Amino acid sequence: MPRIALCAITLSLLSFSGLSAADPAPGQQTEQKALYALDRLGYGPRPGDLDRVMAMGVDAYINEQLAPEKIAEPPELQQRLDTLDTTIISTANLFRDYGPPARKAAGADEDARKKVEQAAHHVAEEAQQARLLRALYSPAQLQEVMTDFWFNHFNVFRDKGIEGQIWVGAYERDAIRPYALGHFRDLLGATAKHPAMLYYLDNWQSSVPHRDKNGDLKGGLNENYAREVMELHTLGVDGGYTQKDVTELARILTGWTYLPRELEAGTTQPFAFDPKRHDFGDKHFLGRTFNGADSDGEEEGERALDLLARSPATARHISYQLAQYFVADQPPPELVQRLAKRFRDSNGDIREVLRTLFHSREFWDAAGSEGKFKTPYRYVVSAVRASGINVINLKPLLGALNQFGMPLYGCQTPDGYKNIESAWLNPDAMVYRLNFANALGNGNLPLYQEPQPAPIAPMAMAGTMASGMPVSMNMAPPPAPGPQNKPPPPDPMVLQATLGNPFSLKTSEALASAPPRLRAGMILGSPEFMRY
Amino acid sequence: MDRRTLLKNLGMVSLLPFGRAGWALAGDNPAPAGKRMIVVMLRGAVDGLNVVVPNSDSDYYALRSSIAIPKPGTDGGALDLDGHFGLHPALAPILPLWQSRKLAFVHACGSPDPTRSHFDAQDYMESGTPGVKSTGTGWMNRALGTLPQRPGTLEAVSFGPVLPRIFSGPGAVANVPLGREASRATAMDKAEINEDFDRMYADKGSLGDAYREGRKSRQQILSDLSDADVKEMKEADNGAPSPKGFALDTAQLATLLQRTPELQLAFMQLGGWDTHVNQGGSKGQLANHLQPLAEGLALLANQLGPQFDDTVIVVMSEFGRTAHENGNNGTDHGHGNVMWVLGGPVAGGKVYGDWPGLSASGLHEGRDLAVTTDFRTVLARVCEQHLRLPDRHLDAVFPQAPRTGAGNVKHLLSA
Repeated sequence: MPRIALCAITLSLLSFSGLSAADPAPGQQTEQKALYALDRLGYGPRPGDLDRVMAMGVDAYINEQLAPEKIAEPPELQQRLDTLDTTIISTANLFRDYGPPARKAAGADEDARKKVEQAAHHVAEEAQQARLLRALYSPAQLQEVMTDFWFNHFNVFRDKGIEGQIWVGAYERDAIRPYALGHFRDLLGATAKHPAMLYYLDNWQSSVPHRDKNGDLKGGLNENYAREVMELHTLGVDGGYTQKDVTELARILTGWTYLPRELEAGTTQPFAFDPKRHDFGDKHFLGRTFNGADSDGEEEGERALDLLARSPATARHISYQLAQYFVADQPPPELVQRLAKRFRDSNGDIREVLRTLFHSREFWDAAGSEGKFKTPYRYVVSAVRASGINVINLKPLLGALNQFGMPLYGCQTPDGYKNIESAWLNPDAMVYRLNFANALGNGNLPLYQEPQPAPIAPMAMAGTMASGMPVSMNMAPPPAPGPQNKPPPPDPMVLQATLGNPFSLKTSEALASAPPRLRAGMILGSPEFMRY
Repeated sequence: MDRRTLLKNLGMVSLLPFGRAGWALAGDNPAPAGKRMIVVMLRGAVDGLNVVVPNSDSDYYALRSSIAIPKPGTDGGALDLDGHFGLHPALAPILPLWQSRKLAFVHACGSPDPTRSHFDAQDYMESGTPGVKSTGTGWMNRALGTLPQRPGTLEAVSFGPVLPRIFSGPGAVANVPLGREASRATAMDKAEINEDFDRMYADKGSLGDAYREGRKSRQQILSDLSDADVKEMKEADNGAPSPKGFALDTAQLATLLQRTPELQLAFMQLGGWDTHVNQGGSKGQLANHLQPLAEGLALLANQLGPQFDDTVIVVMSEFGRTAHENGNNGTDHGHGNVMWVLGGPVAGGKVYGDWPGLSASGLHEGRDLAVTTDFRTVLARVCEQHLRLPDRHLDAVFPQAPRTGAGNVKHLLSA
């Protein structure tokens, strides 16, 4: 590295010691604030982002991000998303064409069954690709961050059955994304009623025990969802409910289901309330009595969700998680209290809670700390964003997430992925992260490879070919590929400028002494790039 | 010992002098290494009542009309253990260990804390402090801290890409990638690249520490699991199909243990036990998960050969499941469970613990198997008698854990 560049880095690092620290030059302070906002509200800067945010001002950027509905997706991104045919299919049609009916139609024919399985897998993979594309290239970064936050909060697992595979993307699309900055009660209701959640936490099968036509006793309660909706989604494990409340809520929610036959017929309303499965007896839930006979049944569940969404325990629980996600692994208690109050006062308006958070002293004070350790997902997304590569083939990135123990939509348990350092920082993780940094920085990932033709389920032929065009014709033209479909390695000088040169003296020295062709990998593998 | 096992063990032993660098074996460390404890955690709450089945308890069959494991001697029946309890038939691969008295169970074992949250219960089992959420370290890391320190060696490993709560704490723990990844060479194994990174990560602090630990254990694991060794292992397998999944990981653990005398603590985990729906009986979902577990454990015992005599393996899960089946041929979150203990020092062939029965009055809160043995009593027993932790160290590893009142559990180890 030329000596002059090193000096510049050293200078900028000397002043990078927290925003509340001794008066840096006004221009530098703006740059640091802009970088911090790009890192925390989104997945870090792409080339040019820093200049843009500095020009518009940090406050204007925050306001822009809090109103994602006014941010247009760039046409190149929209074109890429449009090639992912299965991501626009309705929940019911996914069930019919890719789900259990498709499997049933395949019968005992091994080849046909395998095709159905491959097609379901393909649906899940397109969902993952769509998610990654948006995280990488959407300017509505806060919307992407909050989608990931809420997905983990209301986690479902893509590999629980063929239902998990076909519905994970539709779940995020229909139940999470529209409400990511909306009202918590809407989010809670949408997740509660989506077939993906009804399937994942088994409520679709929960019922009052009843006699079938042979007089045999059939069905019964399943507590799985009733417990997790209180423990994880709303009140929190210390939110003051008992085992009795779990059982009573499970009774209240009996009949909340989906009906395979209606899905197969192409219903536009995949949630169903089935009175035959509902327990119409009286219930006592969180100190209130639900008179089963006075209700149409379905309304009881709505009332129970109202109670949960309005509980101060829920306000606290969600506020704690938001503060932990955006500020620090051990969030400041006063901030959590203020956010909880805003949550209650605004009737669970997520946008308003976030506005309070982003304008809080604690949020900006955290800029002076050593920062949060990136989760594998954030690490991969931020590295690719910083490198400015227009990724054609997303598979190496999805593979890296598998290797890092954070496969996309692959958290098996309902608590979702954690976002704290102790969950992700370990010796093996460091080594694998640095291998990825080197591969990306040295241009060794086949990110320009054209995708293979998609496997199509026999029953889905008619539906997905409707767009008419072969997949490759919809693609944005790829830049000139390097050898073996690998992008040229990022220019280390450009990379440094994109990231605003946040490097310590030690890092700067190591960079200066390394051969130039290895520097981009070192920047992406630097201690500074592990945190944000 | 059959011919295959013998060949395998000979194969492993003959590798020893060539495997590790001489310094590790020739060191002048006074404390004899080689006492091993391996913990396998089944996350999601395995249904202990269908693992070690109370076949002679008539309440069991009344509570589980569709998922009960039939009595021994019938179609799909349990494998008889002691006339009262039977083993799930999918666990047949470990039955020989029971017969040779190297496998024991502690039934109605679990946590004094009543939580039915997976995450709290796992957290308590890993921190070793039920009911206390503020404990910052895991009990296996605290145990590691009490063992003789051998700086620069690999003393504890965990399998999988993330480090579990049970190992969190100041002691250095390596983690090994799962499957074939473990022995594949990577960019960071090249000197040209890693020398610059060594300089960048020379600082103290959590990143630098993790970095250095990662580089060190990576070198050791690469040398222990190099391709040549894996090839030789295959030859020693005498044509048996190479292991997959969990069994591949236990085979790699066996190799690491063979090559690294200082390695004393290991942790592995398996998920998929949260069987709320269609749990199955002798066959089905639970059986499909139990079988690879049993195969992996049997392989581990086998490949350890003579070193199995110095090894205790504990299989545990955060809580049990409801005694009665639910409305979907599955089971919901319960309380008491069964703990598995196997290894050379185990006084096996016996189901330990006081059996509270499954009658309405015997059940915890009228629905779950009651807990008559605190899980910490079993773990502390292994730490004390096998790892030889003195009392003051036991108090640090399991603070406030009950030591007495464990009934016959005190005879669990024959040492």
